[in-house]
Amino acid sequence: MRSRRYTRGSILHLRRAFPLTSLSFQDIILTLQGYWGDKGCAILQPYDMEMGAGTFHPATTLRALGPDTWNAAFVQPSRRPSDGRYGENPNRLQHYYQFQVILKPSPADLIDLYLGSLDAIGIDRRVHDIRFVEDDWESPTLGAWGLGWEVWCDGMEVTQFTYFQQVAGHDCAPVAGELTYGLERLAMYVQGVESVYDLRYNDAGVSYGDVFLKQEQQFSAYNFEHANTERLFQHFKDVSEECRALVGVGLPLPAYDQAIKASHIFNLLNARGVISVAERQAYIGRVRDLVKAVADIWVASFGVATPPPGPAKGPSFASPLEGEGK
Amino acid sequence: MSAFLLELASEEIPARMQAAAAEQLRTRFVDGLKAAGLAHGAVVADATPRRLWLIAEDVAEASAASSEERKGPSASAPEGAIAGFLRGVGLTRDQLEERVTPKGVVLFAHIASPGRSAAAILAELVPAIVRDFQWPKSMRWGAGTVRWVRPLTGIVALLDGDVVACEAHGVVAGRETRGHRIMGGAVSVESAGTYAAQLLAEKVVVSSAERRGLIEAGATEAAAAEGLSVVPDAGLVAENAGLTEWPVPMLGAFDPAFLAVPREVIQLTMRTNQKYFACVDAGGELAPAFVCTANLVASDGGGAIIAGNERVLSARLADAKFFWDQDVAAVLAGGLEVFAPKLSDIVFHEKLGTVADKVARVAKLARWLVESGAVSSADGKAPLSPLAEGGESPSPSRGEGSGLADLAERAALLCKVDLVSATVGEFPEVQGVAGAYLARVSGEDAAVADAIRDHYKPVGQGDDVPTAPLSVAVALADKLDTIAAFFLINEAPTGSKDPFAIRRAALGVIASIVRNGLRFRMETVLLQTVGDDLDSFVKVFDGRIEEKLGAFFADRLKVQQRELGMRNDLIDAVFALGGEDDLVRLLARVRALQAVLATKNGTNLLAGVKRAASILRIEEGKDRLVFDGATDVNLLSEDAERALSVALDGSVPEIAAAVEREDFAAAMAALAGLRPAVDAFFEGVIVNAPDPAVRLNRLGLLARLRGAANSVADFSKIEG
Repeated sequence: MRSRRYTRGSILHLRRAFPLTSLSFQDIILTLQGYWGDKGCAILQPYDMEMGAGTFHPATTLRALGPDTWNAAFVQPSRRPSDGRYGENPNRLQHYYQFQVILKPSPADLIDLYLGSLDAIGIDRRVHDIRFVEDDWESPTLGAWGLGWEVWCDGMEVTQFTYFQQVAGHDCAPVAGELTYGLERLAMYVQGVESVYDLRYNDAGVSYGDVFLKQEQQFSAYNFEHANTERLFQHFKDVSEECRALVGVGLPLPAYDQAIKASHIFNLLNARGVISVAERQAYIGRVRDLVKAVADIWVASFGVATPPPGPAKGPSFASPLEGEGK
Repeated sequence: MSAFLLELASEEIPARMQAAAAEQLRTRFVDGLKAAGLAHGAVVADATPRRLWLIAEDVAEASAASSEERKGPSASAPEGAIAGFLRGVGLTRDQLEERVTPKGVVLFAHIASPGRSAAAILAELVPAIVRDFQWPKSMRWGAGTVRWVRPLTGIVALLDGDVVACEAHGVVAGRETRGHRIMGGAVSVESAGTYAAQLLAEKVVVSSAERRGLIEAGATEAAAAEGLSVVPDAGLVAENAGLTEWPVPMLGAFDPAFLAVPREVIQLTMRTNQKYFACVDAGGELAPAFVCTANLVASDGGGAIIAGNERVLSARLADAKFFWDQDVAAVLAGGLEVFAPKLSDIVFHEKLGTVADKVARVAKLARWLVESGAVSSADGKAPLSPLAEGGESPSPSRGEGSGLADLAERAALLCKVDLVSATVGEFPEVQGVAGAYLARVSGEDAAVADAIRDHYKPVGQGDDVPTAPLSVAVALADKLDTIAAFFLINEAPTGSKDPFAIRRAALGVIASIVRNGLRFRMETVLLQTVGDDLDSFVKVFDGRIEEKLGAFFADRLKVQQRELGMRNDLIDAVFALGGEDDLVRLLARVRALQAVLATKNGTNLLAGVKRAASILRIEEGKDRLVFDGATDVNLLSEDAERALSVALDGSVPEIAAAVEREDFAAAMAALAGLRPAVDAFFEGVIVNAPDPAVRLNRLGLLARLRGAANSVADFSKIEG
């Protein structure tokens, strides 16, 4: 299933670099859960909705707002319809996993905690070059931004590390520190494989391809060819209205679910190529408005004053990005 | 005298911000001490990824004591006014001096300020610096409300080895800091003098210059071990120095099969995505190798780091090669024009149609530029093209042969096709370059390939300007079209707003014209550029295009020439002649003016010509006519006017001839030669003689002088 057009790299070196007993994909997840659980994080399960990035999980988006302390970690499947490659590209998937850690307020030793998690999954920092390279994050659809880094391990980005500054236009106070590990990429590195489908999913002979190849093939066909756009446009309208109605009766959490749906429907329409460049901005703006409406009543429920409208302190949310870099 | 050390430690500072932040720290510190009146010696500031630091030598023990005198109200002022003054200065009535002044007895206060200790001044300055610091982007963290570029983790403030007690952003200053994140431990800094050495022991090279030196030397050495050399890249050296506290350059390799991908693509992905240095072999060819800069002396000797980086690069190059192979296959099957239809899908601007529309316009214009002789295959010494004097419309048979015109049109038609190639889709920065490679693959003429590559140039000040005729034609046509098109839809740049980089395009046009000595009238070329859209242009602007666009180019020319040290008033003086818009000739005039005006003869002559012009203006106003010319020698009575007449008889034809052959230096020299005669004339002759005929004759002399000067420039516009 690996395409021939991709050349094998220095796989022999890698076999030397990592012990042959490297962690399986599921063990990396279990290890990270154990590590962050020990640090006091609530280990949540994936949110049961399609979303473009773990950041959309209400445990991140909504919990990043408000005054309460909040420490959580969870795996979140990320759906990016446009990234599907029918299972033919060893590095690109329309469905993959992120491991998210959110710590609010961000602790002073967050970087040290993070480095400890790399040790836990077998990335020895005395052998591997870990660097923090500037990478500011923004999500146009969430109206969110933060500053931080992409963390490089031997030149490869393995984690996004962000100090959340604003979500849905509201200042995050206290500030949450957010870590997003790209699990497949991390596992490919730890295991030294060239194709995601070759990952050892567990130590009982199951590969990542065994679990997900068919899914990638079928969902690529769905995303690019068969998703019924007429119905999707209607769905987009329906969930937008539902979201507004729920905001109207003061139910931010159910309303937020509808906003997540709107975002995913937009991503599907985008993958189907039926949204023009000009329209893209408008659709992103609509989703952002929904998220903003939800966040407004969510924040109001804390009795925290909404910051007065003023010039945005952060970057503008002009660039449409499906997964928004997470 | 003491040395002062300040370190502001934080989580990793973006590499691109470090140098400016260090300079800002230095400036704020020096300004702060100056305001406090504290003397100091040399101050250096620098940064690593995890700290800004500053060392000031020879800081004085204390600021000098000072006393200030402040004038108060009159001694007889109301009680309230005096009480207010006393409150303001913090003194009592008996401490005031009563001084007798012309306005009566006035109260004066003498306020003595004792010197303050350096420690006290610094304890205030450090928090102020942290509080007021301006980062390009800053953030809050934890539960705090303060801002820094990333979380501020520590402050070291030591004066002569003693902690300066202060606190900023909730961080208490001390002497504790941390060494390298992985390899170093805690450091208790003794003093400014030991700072660098103590941190070096904990694997931090605090000097950015030293880190840059280590990277350059280490990269060179690593490459040399394999007989290679590193492609110099100072920006990349600085960036890596901003990403490491202990830089360790290491050589890695990639599969030579990837060398099938254009070199620029490989270098681009290595540089921008991975911060790697490219390597070349002895023959200058790109080698299948790279130098990465780790921030670690790895316990395994670096094997894992190299292997990891090789793997990352391999995946990126595999992507690049996949896209490149796709493009090559497409071009081999259908020629470079295989991409052309897709240009209709890219909107250039919503009001200006697609890129395909633009390309069609550019192709037409590029062909015309060659056929009209505006761009020729010869060098800048080419004879003036028929266009230069705005003659009739050129025919294809004139100017260059149709071969070059055909190639120019073809290059223009193909110059944007790579925008829809897979390679440029993935690596937008190689637009043009990718097109040139694909052109060669598909067997296009080499000059066409070069023109595709170079038609975006010059991209900015200092960038290479194309010189190959085909490249010049396409580059000019592309830029002229962009400029005219955006003017047509009323999107000309205004103030600081220039979203479509129209000014940069205009500077590119000017640079191409000047560099290649292209001879044509801007008006003719601009009219051709606007072509059929002239009517709509007139509608948009309610004016002629050559006025609007011409004025825009004149402004750009002034900006460009000012940076080269050319006087703007001289450019204005030449523009004021009206109708001079052959930029090459215009600049020749300006250069000649500038050279002569740098001499004493020149400035005196300028004064004489201006005086003549001003007399003429007044007298012409009275008489309601314009004086010109002919001198009646029989009316000349004074020696000085006779001398001027003779001088003009000699110089005027000489100047005219020099202007005719565009030797403006000679024209100016001849003009400057008139200076003694002009000076003597103004000294010894009364222009407004009682005899009207004599007066008219004398005004005629001045008019001849003005005429001669005006054949080079309008002297009234020249300052001084």
